[in-house]
Amino acid sequence: MAAPTLPAGAVLQPRKGTGFRQFKSAFATVAIVGAFVAAAVPLVALVYYVAREGLKVFSWEFLTTDLPFSQRSVEGGIYPAIIGTLIITVGATLIAVPLGVMGGIYLNEYGARSRFAAIVRFLSEILTGVPSIVMGLFIYTFWVLPRGADGFSALAGSLALGALMLPVVIRTSEEMLKLVPHELREGSLALGSRKSRTIRTVVLPHAAPGIVSGSLLAVARAAGETAPLLFVIGATNLVNWDWLSGSNTALSVQIFGNAASPFVPAQERAFGAAVTLILIVFLATAIARIVTVVYTRRVSGAA
Amino acid sequence: MTSEPAMPPAATAGDTITRVDLTPTQVRPPEVPADPGPVPGREVVFDLSTVEIFYGEARAVTDVDLDIARNEISAFIGPSGCGKTTVLRSLNRMHDLTPGARVAGTITYHGEDLYGPKVDAAEVRRRIGMVFQKPNPFPKSIFDNIAYGPRINGVRKRSELEGIVEQALTRAALWGEVKEKLKSSALSLSGGQAQRLCIARALAVDPDVLLMDEPCSALDPIATARIEDLMEELKETLTIVIVTHNMQQAARVSDRTAFYTAEADDNGRRVGKLVEYDATATIFTKPSDPRTEGYITGRFG
Repeated sequence: MAAPTLPAGAVLQPRKGTGFRQFKSAFATVAIVGAFVAAAVPLVALVYYVAREGLKVFSWEFLTTDLPFSQRSVEGGIYPAIIGTLIITVGATLIAVPLGVMGGIYLNEYGARSRFAAIVRFLSEILTGVPSIVMGLFIYTFWVLPRGADGFSALAGSLALGALMLPVVIRTSEEMLKLVPHELREGSLALGSRKSRTIRTVVLPHAAPGIVSGSLLAVARAAGETAPLLFVIGATNLVNWDWLSGSNTALSVQIFGNAASPFVPAQERAFGAAVTLILIVFLATAIARIVTVVYTRRVSGAA
Repeated sequence: MTSEPAMPPAATAGDTITRVDLTPTQVRPPEVPADPGPVPGREVVFDLSTVEIFYGEARAVTDVDLDIARNEISAFIGPSGCGKTTVLRSLNRMHDLTPGARVAGTITYHGEDLYGPKVDAAEVRRRIGMVFQKPNPFPKSIFDNIAYGPRINGVRKRSELEGIVEQALTRAALWGEVKEKLKSSALSLSGGQAQRLCIARALAVDPDVLLMDEPCSALDPIATARIEDLMEELKETLTIVIVTHNMQQAARVSDRTAFYTAEADDNGRRVGKLVEYDATATIFTKPSDPRTEGYITGRFG
C-alpha cells in the first residue's frame, strides 16, 4: 500500500495539451458572447425604432383624446384604445387566471395520474398551439354571432384572449405546483391538516411567485394580440367603459388598422400606439413583480 | 517526494473487522420468535400483527409483529431498504398519500384498528405526530410554523396561540434561541434549529405519539445530542418511535429496538422483514438472532 508517487520536478506547470483546451475555452466564451449580442441586437433595435417613431406623436394629449374620425387627421389620440386594451386584458385575466390556476391544482394535486387528467393535460397542450385567430373565430361563432349586432363587446374580446391564456396558465400552474417540495405537503398532512387546507396554506403560497410570473407572461402576450380581437370587439372611435356591451377598440387593433394606412398621420399614430402598448405591458410586468416579491417576503419572511 | 513514513493506511482498517455474511442462504432461521409477547406493566400503544406493506405489486416489508408501549422510545434499525421507514410511516397512515401503497395485517392504536373503515386519517395524524429526515419548516414565520397545527384545530385567539407556541418551543428546547425573532422566517434557522422547530411544530398539536424518521441524519453531533436529550425529556409524556441508521444512537436513546433486514424472496425481490424486537440492552449485548448480531458487530468491530 504505497502512497501515490508524485512526478519529480515542477508539478504546477501546465500539462501537455492545455494550450488547446484554453483555446477552446476562449473560443466558446467568444461564441457565447457573440450569440448573446446577436440575440440582443434585434431587441434593442426594435425598441429603439418603435420609440423613435412613436415618440414623435407621444404626448399627454395623445393618450387622453378620442380617436379621430379621419385617418388623415393629425388631431386626436388613442385614449379609447388604451381603455379598451385595459378592460379587455383585465377581463381576460379575471376569466383565465382563476380557472387556469384551479385547473393546474386539479391536474397536479387531485387528477395526478388519472386518465381524465391525462386527457385534460393533452388537450391544454394542443390548445397552447392553436393560432390566436382561431380563438377569435371560435368566440365570433359561439358568442358574437348568436347575439347579432349586440354581440360585439369588450367581453367577447376578453373571452377570446382568455381562451388563449387559459392553457398557458393551466400548464404553468401545474409545473409550478410540481416544484413544491413533497416534504412540505407531508409536513402539513402529518399535523392533521386536510388536503384542501394543505394546498391552500402551504402548497399555493410556495408556488405563487412562479404562477404569477407564468400568468403574467400569458397576460403580456394576450395584451398585444390583434387577431382574436379583430372580429369580436367591433369598432369605435369613442371611449366605451362598458365591459359587457357595446363595441370597443384596442391598441393592437389600432396599430393594425393605422400602420397599413396610406396616410402619414395614421402611420405615426400606429407607432404612438405601439409605444403605449409596450409601456403598459412593461408597467404591468413591473408592478406584478414587485407585488410578488413583497408578498413572498411577507409569507416566507425571507430576505 | 516518492516515499512516505510507514503508517497503516486507513483503507486496510476494514480488513480487521469480522464480517458476517448476511446472504440469506447462510442465515439460520430464528429460533426465538420475533415478538417477545406482552410484558406486564407495559401499556401498549401500537400493536402490529402480521403486517405487510406493498407499493403497488411489490412487497416492501413483511412479517412485522411488534408492540410499542407508552412512554418508551422504540428504535427501528437495519440496513437501507429493510423497510423500517415504511413501517414507521404506516403508524400514522402516511402511506395513504402514496398512490398504490397498501398495508395488510392489523395495526391497532390503543386497541382501535388504525386502518378501520371509520377512521379519519387526519385525526390519526393529529394524535400521532411525525418528524421527518430532512427538516421541513414551512416557508412562513417561526410563529406561524408552530401555530399551524393549532390553527387547523380551530384555535383562533392570538393570546391562546401565543401560549401554545411558547410552550411547544420550550418543550423542544428552542424557545430561548428564537423568542426574540418569532416573526422572522423559519427558513433562516440552522439545520439543528429547524429540526427542533419541526419537533415543536409536532408538539404544538399535543400528540400522543411522536414518530421520528432519521431525525438527526442531517445534523451535526452537537445538534444530534440536543435532540437526543430532548427525546429523553419528551419520553415522560409521549411515546416515541425513531428510525435511525446510527446504531449508537439507538443504543443511547431507546428502550426497545427492532432490527429489520432485507432478504430476497422466492422471486428474487428484496423484501424487508422484522428480525428481532427486544429490550435495547438485549439486542445490543446478547441478540438471539445471528443476523442481528452480524449487523451490530459488523458495524462496531
